[in-house]
Amino acid sequence: MAIAIVLILLVLGTVAFHVLNPWWFTPIASNWGTMDDTVNLTFWVTGAVFVGVNLFMAYAIVRYRHRKGVERRAEYEPEYRKLEWWLIGLTSVGVIAMLAPGLAVWAKFVTVPDDADVVEAVGQQWSWSFRLPGADGVLGAVDASLMSVANPFGMDPNDPRGRDDVLVPDAELHLPLDRPVKLLLRSKDVLHDFTVPEFRVKMDLVPGMVTFMWLTPTKPGQYEILCEELCGTGHFAMRGRVVVDDAAAYATWLAGQQTFAQIQARPAGDPVVGATAYAVCAACHGANAEGNQALNAPKLAGLPGWYLTRQLHNFKQGVRGGSPGDAIASQMAAITQPLDAATLDNVVAYVVTLPDVATPTTVRGDAEAGASRYTTCGYCHGARGQGSWSTNAPPLAGRSDWYLARQLNQFRQGHRGRHPQDFHGSQMARLSNVVPDGEPTADLLAYLNTLR
Amino acid sequence: MSYVAIADQHAHLHDPQTFITKYVWSQDHKVIAIQYMATAMAIGVVAIALSILMRLQLGFPDTFHFINPSNYYQFVSMHGMIMVIYLLTALFLGGFGNYLIPLMCGARDMVFPYLNMVSYWVYLLAVLVLVASFFVPGGPTGAGWTLYPPQAILEGTPGADLGITLMLVSLIIFIVGFTMGGLNYVVTVLQARCRGMTLMRMPLSVWGIFMATILALLAFPALLVSAIMMALDNHLGTSFFMPAIMSLGDQTVHKGGSPLLFQHLFWFFGHPEVYIVALPAFGIVSDLISTHARRHIFGYRMMVWAILAIGILSFVVWAHHMYVSGMNPYFGFFFATTTLIIAIPTALKVYNWVLTLWRGDVHLTLPMLFAIGFVFTFINGGLTGLFLGNVTVDVPLSDTLFVVAHFHMVMGVSPVLVVCGAIYHWYPKMTGRMMDESLGRLHFWLTLIGTYAIFLPMHYLGILGVPRRYFALGDTYFVPDSVESMNAAISIAAIVVAVAQLVFIFNLIWSLRYGKPAGPNPWRATTLEWQTPETPPRHGNWGPELPVVYRWAYEYGAPGNKEDFVPQNRPPDDHTAVAIGHGRNIG
Repeated sequence: MAIAIVLILLVLGTVAFHVLNPWWFTPIASNWGTMDDTVNLTFWVTGAVFVGVNLFMAYAIVRYRHRKGVERRAEYEPEYRKLEWWLIGLTSVGVIAMLAPGLAVWAKFVTVPDDADVVEAVGQQWSWSFRLPGADGVLGAVDASLMSVANPFGMDPNDPRGRDDVLVPDAELHLPLDRPVKLLLRSKDVLHDFTVPEFRVKMDLVPGMVTFMWLTPTKPGQYEILCEELCGTGHFAMRGRVVVDDAAAYATWLAGQQTFAQIQARPAGDPVVGATAYAVCAACHGANAEGNQALNAPKLAGLPGWYLTRQLHNFKQGVRGGSPGDAIASQMAAITQPLDAATLDNVVAYVVTLPDVATPTTVRGDAEAGASRYTTCGYCHGARGQGSWSTNAPPLAGRSDWYLARQLNQFRQGHRGRHPQDFHGSQMARLSNVVPDGEPTADLLAYLNTLR
Repeated sequence: MSYVAIADQHAHLHDPQTFITKYVWSQDHKVIAIQYMATAMAIGVVAIALSILMRLQLGFPDTFHFINPSNYYQFVSMHGMIMVIYLLTALFLGGFGNYLIPLMCGARDMVFPYLNMVSYWVYLLAVLVLVASFFVPGGPTGAGWTLYPPQAILEGTPGADLGITLMLVSLIIFIVGFTMGGLNYVVTVLQARCRGMTLMRMPLSVWGIFMATILALLAFPALLVSAIMMALDNHLGTSFFMPAIMSLGDQTVHKGGSPLLFQHLFWFFGHPEVYIVALPAFGIVSDLISTHARRHIFGYRMMVWAILAIGILSFVVWAHHMYVSGMNPYFGFFFATTTLIIAIPTALKVYNWVLTLWRGDVHLTLPMLFAIGFVFTFINGGLTGLFLGNVTVDVPLSDTLFVVAHFHMVMGVSPVLVVCGAIYHWYPKMTGRMMDESLGRLHFWLTLIGTYAIFLPMHYLGILGVPRRYFALGDTYFVPDSVESMNAAISIAAIVVAVAQLVFIFNLIWSLRYGKPAGPNPWRATTLEWQTPETPPRHGNWGPELPVVYRWAYEYGAPGNKEDFVPQNRPPDDHTAVAIGHGRNIG
């Protein structure tokens, strides 16, 4: 008897939970409202079956339960053909009622409008970048074997159609409002999935092939891109952003992006000129960029150019050093303000020529315990702490331990990696709690000190 | 043709002499069944522990610092793989298949007892290899239970070297072991049924296990080849599944392979796998409901045809796991249609279970409670399957917690409820003792309500858009704080359910010694396993004579009999069963 009451309560509770719970689809921002309609329709049909069958079961239990001392027999009638065929028929009707609209919407999904803009979303462990076809409307050829720190998209330099391709290295894509867009999806390494919950549609990125989906953004705003196909340890931290703009804002954004040709034409930094400019930096960071703990200036020698460049630009644009909680970084940000992009390139070109000298050890900890703490870090920063351009992770081996300790804290406390444009920093911020403050961090740093 | 002479080979059975041959290197299907069950449950406890570790992280992020993204993904992957393959498949086929097929068919043993014994030890080896992967450098694979390449064998995934290799080797061994057992089950059902046991008189438990075994024999080879091919890609540099790609900044040696090929092979196995678990559950629950409702199963013929239809259809629905995989989207039309068609025979089974209760004499025993619990959770999980099977509806929900909630409801909670109900039901035959009723009820209520509290809200988090396989949500634009509270509540419910399973295990052990003596047929059931001369049955099952079957397995409540049931082997001239002709149109 209790089971019948519980069944009824579970059914009523489920319906109440369905109506009252605060979680439902995010407000839709694309043309795929029909998908929501099919979901709602399915809820009505299946909801009716759920309530009906379970309540009937509860009824049968109450009505036909065995009572002690009451002699009664079940009905013996092995075949109820007619009833069964009726049930089959009704179920088929319900199935058709759900399937037909579903297939009708799917027919729209497989048919990309002829006038759709083309945008390529590129996934890799564990970040997003984007490519637009440029004036010719055609994306240039790419090849996995060409991917490198200088050519992260793997663009084929011999393909003239690729020269005007607009390359967006950051994980922020802008889309014009109310324009259908066909998203071509390309992966550089493993499976990923391009998901913006507000758009409803999603699709996997499959290495070795280009997949696609299409949508029309219908609501201006900022939406988070999530990777929804397990792609390794950093999967949950592989985020990006879609910004849906009106036509004017979109044009402004597009004008600020660079084509493949422009990037190729950018002159390399000049280390000789950079040496002169570096004099300012040397005051704190030391003549050989060896760092100075008393002045809170980290060692720069031994850092790769791509990392130095990105951080200098981040400082200059307020992406790093803008938090009031980080006075030291604010100082650096102020110093970069008067410098132009060419100067920064020259300084970087000079710093990478400086010899990497060992730094003194200032942190004590258990290196063995630190080694196991480092497991997760190694996926991006490299098994030997050597860093990786592809995961955008700087080297940790050979860095000043006091500096690493401070940065970890800044990440944890939200002073670094919280700026909306700091995509790589925000990834580190998401992971900074993997190693908690105090002893575990000391152990980790002790381990890193063994890697130099 | 309902029996052959092979069924009675008692003269050739050498009754075991020593403890070792009786309980360790045993060729008795009943001992092998219990070996399978004990091993599956032991590794299942590991899988439960892994799920609790996952829930600790999801419910209380940044609290348990020994859980990090790499071992979190290892917990996820091993939990899934153990539960699906090493627990459920092994328990239903190796466990219940072994125990029930010979007894219910009236055979003395499996047709190939030696092979049957080897099958168990090979399965145990597979489990040990799997367990070994926890102790190798790098730990077990963290590629997700689906093991999708390229990521499964690249260094961005935990356990990409030894972990994945041991996983693949373990699967290969498992499949080898299963094939030995599976061929045995099929041949035994087809060749060793006793006189009078026609196919259409077989209990639905046997039908479900039989069909599931056929599915497994056809589906596991797809997994076998994909495991071998992936191992070759990993160690010999072949490119079955590996296109030209980069891995963490370096070019790999691979070129030209197809990750989608693996997914097709995996799901060509993986979807039938769902029914490899579900069909035995369907069959067993039919017998539990019928026996404890004291009523014949409603629509027996339709139930058999539904099992066959589901089994066949289960091979043409696999790509509904791949609607957003990047395969040609036109496939969506075909697979959505086949998937929704499979709902029809499945729904019919649900109706017939409920209609068996209707006009029955429903005894709310422990097995019946679990059976009712199963019908409830299976309705829930089956209906959410209609969302995910219907391509358009799937897209917004795919890869979210909705999927996790759905498949746990339909192929986690539901089959486990059947397993528990079946153990409460057959434990008296296996041991001669009843399991403790009060502990059993406590176990039931905590499990049913606890699992529902876990998975009902999880659907709605998925509708909101919370992705599955996320170590931490962190700051996410669209996720309100209420999600974090709900996750904590779900984790607490999960811990309660896990503890409830310990109550069950305690009951299993405690009742072995202190359970009430059961007698040969405590549930007053019709099927042959309850009619053995001894309880528990001895090696060889039957006395000098094999049983002879005179009627179908569901002679409950037939008018004209003194009792409300007539065993399958009671001769028609027995005066207690004068009205046997009522079963005439069956079999």
